[in-house]
Amino acid sequence: MFKAHIEIKLKKGVVDPEGKNIEKTLHLLGFDTVKSVHSQKVIVVELDAASKEDAAAKVGEMCKRLLTNPVTHDYTVVIS
Amino acid sequence: MKVSDAKVCILQIEGTNCDEETYWAFKRLGADPEVVHLKQLIGTGIPHGMKRSLSDYQCLIFPGGFSAGDYVRAGAIFAARMKATLAKELRTFIGAGYPVGGICNGFQIMVELGVLPGLGESMTPLPEAILDKNDSDRYECRPTLLKHESRGNCVFTSKLPQNKVVMIPCAHAEGKLAFPKKEGDRIVEKLIENDQIVFRYVDEDGNYAGYPWCPNGAIYNIAGICNPAGNVFGLMPHPERAFHRFQHPDWTRTGLGESGEGENGDGKVIFESALDYIGKKF
Repeated sequence: MFKAHIEIKLKKGVVDPEGKNIEKTLHLLGFDTVKSVHSQKVIVVELDAASKEDAAAKVGEMCKRLLTNPVTHDYTVVIS
Repeated sequence: MKVSDAKVCILQIEGTNCDEETYWAFKRLGADPEVVHLKQLIGTGIPHGMKRSLSDYQCLIFPGGFSAGDYVRAGAIFAARMKATLAKELRTFIGAGYPVGGICNGFQIMVELGVLPGLGESMTPLPEAILDKNDSDRYECRPTLLKHESRGNCVFTSKLPQNKVVMIPCAHAEGKLAFPKKEGDRIVEKLIENDQIVFRYVDEDGNYAGYPWCPNGAIYNIAGICNPAGNVFGLMPHPERAFHRFQHPDWTRTGLGESGEGENGDGKVIFESALDYIGKKF
């Protein structure tokens, strides 16, 4: 069995209202050294596959067909 | 076809919550709506006799709500389930010219399905757009003013004059229509050329304006679009919540009749237009 650690983040240049909101609130709480905050999502998938490459290919397909919207998202996958 | 024979499929899964109001909008206009669970169209895991087919209906509506808890992204799970099981039937339905509408979460589902904006084909393999988080990072729930921009292409607004401003309330956290970066201007131009932009957010003077008039930061202030053929339409605000005049926030001040539109709410015309189209075409 393989474990896929999928990180989904906004493409460069896409507005990140959640990150901005967190950044503003951290400043209000006195964390003056915070320079920027970016939000992202992590999804962990456990799956059976013939090989690590096969697992990566399957997870790539999952990202394309459900887990991300290519208009705004980039993703990285680490298989272990 | 008589309006009373027009069967409307109001499609739900777990988390859909605007199906009742949408049902009554069509029912009050004399049509024959039915709230249908996606499982009934797929045909598995349902009691005998509850199976339905898209071809039983002349109109399909994706109502508002939080389908599948908005997990992954708003509308993504509903869209993926539908695409995996009913893609062929939906393509056929759209291709036959039947009206397909999506309100709020329904619009999000349609964008995730790839049926809107529908520039390449009736259903693209991957989404061409997204209804992304509001710039305010908040759930925006209040009246919004929309200018009707369609030059006659959209079958859901055929009875609404061009440039008329209507009040239809919004209620969403993910309503910012966006296209791939760097392609936004080109796609907007294409939508204008194809007469696909149906509603844009405006201020009380009818001018295109930013927040709070535009609740989400959508490109070109777009609130609703249709496909190039005009029979597939998605809108973020909720016309079923402005069906009656007394649902307008100012009705006690302006009265029911002073607008010259009797007891009609501004959203009613959306449902009337769809039924009028069905009556004439089928």
